Amino acid sequence: MSTSPTPAAPPSSASLAGARTAPGITRLPQHTVEVVSDSGEGAQKCAQIFARVSARMGNGVWTVEIIPAEIQPPARTPPSASGNRIRIGTKPVTNWGDHADLVMAFNEQVLLHRHRLGALAEDAIILIEDMWATHDDPDIRKEWSDAMEEMSGRAYRFVHVPMEQQCLTIIDNPRRGKNMFALGCLAWIYFRDLEKIKALIAQEFGKKAPKVYEQNVALLELGHRWAEEHLDFRIDVPAAPSERPMVVMNGNQAVAIGGIAAGMDLCAMYPITPATSASHYLSDIFERFGGIVHQAEDEIAAIGVAVGASFAGKVAFTITSGPGLALKTEFIGLAVMTEVPLVIVDVQRGGPSTGLPTKVEQGDLLAAVYGQPGDAPHVVLAPATMEECFLCMTTARRIAEALRCVVIVLSDANLATGVQPFPRPELNEAWLAHPPDFAPVAEGTRPYEWDPVSGLSRRVLPGQPGGMFTATGLSHDESSHVGYTPDVHERGCVMRSRKLAAFQQMLKPPMVNGNESGDLLVVGWGSTLGAIEEAVDRARADGLSVSSIHLRFLSPLEPGLKAILQRFKKVMTVEINYSDDPAAPYITEENRRRGQLSWLLRANTLVDVDCWTRVPGEPLRPGQIYEAMCETIKGMQG
Amino acid sequence: MNEFGCSLLSCEGDEDREWTMDDYAGVLARWCPGCGDHAVLTAVERVLETEQLPPEQTVCVSGIGCASRFPHYLKTYGFHGIHGRALPVAMGVKLRRPELNVFVVMGDGDCCSIGAAHWIHTTRYNPDMVVLMLDNGVYGLTKNQTSPTSPRGLPSNTQPRGAFLPPMNPISATLGVSNASFVAQTGDWVPAHLYATILAAHRHRGFAFVRVLQRCPQYTTNLFDSAMRDPGLVELMVHPSGIMLPELDRIYKNQVRHDPADLHEAQRLANADGKIRLGVFYRNEELPVYEETRAVTSKSASEKVALLNKELDRHAV
Repeated sequence: MSTSPTPAAPPSSASLAGARTAPGITRLPQHTVEVVSDSGEGAQKCAQIFARVSARMGNGVWTVEIIPAEIQPPARTPPSASGNRIRIGTKPVTNWGDHADLVMAFNEQVLLHRHRLGALAEDAIILIEDMWATHDDPDIRKEWSDAMEEMSGRAYRFVHVPMEQQCLTIIDNPRRGKNMFALGCLAWIYFRDLEKIKALIAQEFGKKAPKVYEQNVALLELGHRWAEEHLDFRIDVPAAPSERPMVVMNGNQAVAIGGIAAGMDLCAMYPITPATSASHYLSDIFERFGGIVHQAEDEIAAIGVAVGASFAGKVAFTITSGPGLALKTEFIGLAVMTEVPLVIVDVQRGGPSTGLPTKVEQGDLLAAVYGQPGDAPHVVLAPATMEECFLCMTTARRIAEALRCVVIVLSDANLATGVQPFPRPELNEAWLAHPPDFAPVAEGTRPYEWDPVSGLSRRVLPGQPGGMFTATGLSHDESSHVGYTPDVHERGCVMRSRKLAAFQQMLKPPMVNGNESGDLLVVGWGSTLGAIEEAVDRARADGLSVSSIHLRFLSPLEPGLKAILQRFKKVMTVEINYSDDPAAPYITEENRRRGQLSWLLRANTLVDVDCWTRVPGEPLRPGQIYEAMCETIKGMQG
Repeated sequence: MNEFGCSLLSCEGDEDREWTMDDYAGVLARWCPGCGDHAVLTAVERVLETEQLPPEQTVCVSGIGCASRFPHYLKTYGFHGIHGRALPVAMGVKLRRPELNVFVVMGDGDCCSIGAAHWIHTTRYNPDMVVLMLDNGVYGLTKNQTSPTSPRGLPSNTQPRGAFLPPMNPISATLGVSNASFVAQTGDWVPAHLYATILAAHRHRGFAFVRVLQRCPQYTTNLFDSAMRDPGLVELMVHPSGIMLPELDRIYKNQVRHDPADLHEAQRLANADGKIRLGVFYRNEELPVYEETRAVTSKSASEKVALLNKELDRHAV
């Protein structure tokens, strides 16, 4: 982007600058901002409010957390960087974009971290706290100059901001207030509505501590005034307020509130990043809805409690991440075997093992689909947006109940912590689970009265006279009587599997984004939707023959895939999980380990599906995907 | 049902029905002849009959092991789950349906080894349920491996030259967990005591942990032989608020009056050597019961939608 002035009328506030020339205003369809500080300095809060006010003003918004794994890592070190990227646009924003165009950095070390990751645009505007340049400590002054030297190769435009000095005029400890000053600066630059910001600050602090609220507002106004008096540029990303009422939240909030809207009222969980914030939110509000969050002693107990609760009545759910999903494996098998309906949300993070606890990956797909010993058919689905995080909970609950099966919802850290506005759901009482029916059943009613065609059967619940039976993880017949004979085991496997086939018949084929046939088809799933479609749009604008599909159901797979895939010369998945680079040493067509969705598609369609995957611990950038598409098409022509 | 000789509820089913032991019998038990589990099953059926618990309002949850076949042999609702994890499932049942009568049956490996975390934590949650730990000091179903309660020196297939470690003391361990509310010990060879203990456990409000001492007729044949032959090796803990069985006085001369309210004395008795102690070590009905602590008022669909709309307002753009 350029910061040169464009002919646009300066808003009235700019004229207050008196003798100064009016700032140049650049009008842009979208812009990407990062706010980074040491952990604990509040960049997160600043950025979240900036994102929310942007959404409230009618801008498209997508945010991504920049977060260290520790609570208070050593200050002024690159890995300590904490904050957010916020991409705002006139139209809806579906991903975090390629680079940050403007950065608000609280010290040069956290900025350096972002620089080294290639997160900043060539010509990024960098507003930086300048106290470090003249600090009493010569080591810090040296760190500053070394950092500036390291970044000098880029065309960054640095704007020094005396945050500390300014904040000290209001508060004693600027570490606890710079974020509001920074927010004021950003508000001025981007024409954000100060009253709306104050309302959000009030929502955050107002009720608990009126004094804190007042101080924050004073800092906000100070930052706003300082920017007005000292900056010579403003950026205008016009808002196009939606006709429909909108809500704005992150994917974990959407999962939590979606779980309530689905009519579930028991969530059993054990703390695990990045899933926990969903449980925090639920813990805060669930009891008002007649629900509870049970924090179990471990991941295994969490799913155990959910299984017990579902066995005894309405469907319960559990929320976890990869390591927790691994621990829950045996119970998933048990729920499949006993046909206890259950919803499991896996907010994926980088793996294996502890991996990247705070960062995104789509590495749990095969574990979710095939991770259980024995044959354990169940449904796996993946929301692609914050809105789908909300809606899929009702879908999952209903499938679990209708099929008496386990449904795994694969979210990820990108969806979990990212914020996006979406049309306010029009709630429907029919989404809520029906109260269980405890009416007597005929003596001798069989608990697994499998329909021979579909494998479906009606649940009998404790409390129903006449229906007494013992659910068991052992191989069993329709009466739940244990049986080890070949026909009993064979029949149970067939019936449990048949449910999935019956369900798959009800699904619709995926929509193709772009032409129905062509050179390259990109297949994605989960949180990469926006980045993939933005890349496809760019490629198509360049005249490339590229289309994409995005799968929501991973088990069973959506119908019609083979036919769609066969209409393209080449098919490639784009995923955030590991695959071998075909050009790397030793890697051959035979031994190449591929992206997880590409394994599924190859096995299910016998189409030679390639993959382009990365595991950077951050969302994919549309520019990267675009380049991969261009390379792939070039390779096809070569 | 009422003084007027008619019942408004009779149309709903079995309100007038009197349950007999046979009504609680499930499929034929397949435990080895001489296994203590048979005695426990009979005692539980007697308790169900005494308390007239409707079979459909009763859920028996178990893990994996010989003892965990228990629910199949009862004609109540049952959940035969996975090794070590009976307690979380039972917790889920109780959280969802506090009105149900929940009985949990585990073995010593199930409870004290693979399920130890759940044993400790469910003791602390203190849900209202009866928990029977059928302790024969060995893994039976998997064919003779050392368990956490195997006597030191007991040879098994995994420790053929004898168990290396002293056995753990499940009574003392349970007593050591905060919020433990009922801890008792009984033996399969004293049916009256077994029955009385399970009955007391059922009547207790809270997590009633009962360790049932028994032998395995295959692998720990002689485990309580001497105690069976010589009642002098047994000491009964008696108290009006614990278990009092005058009919046993003639056989069991060693008796100690122990008030189950006294936790320190309970720990002392649990750790004292020399005697096998049967009775209630500790009982406290004043402790918080998890499903009561967590009870919430349920909301109708329309109330939920109204509340959800209010919640969405907080996220409104």
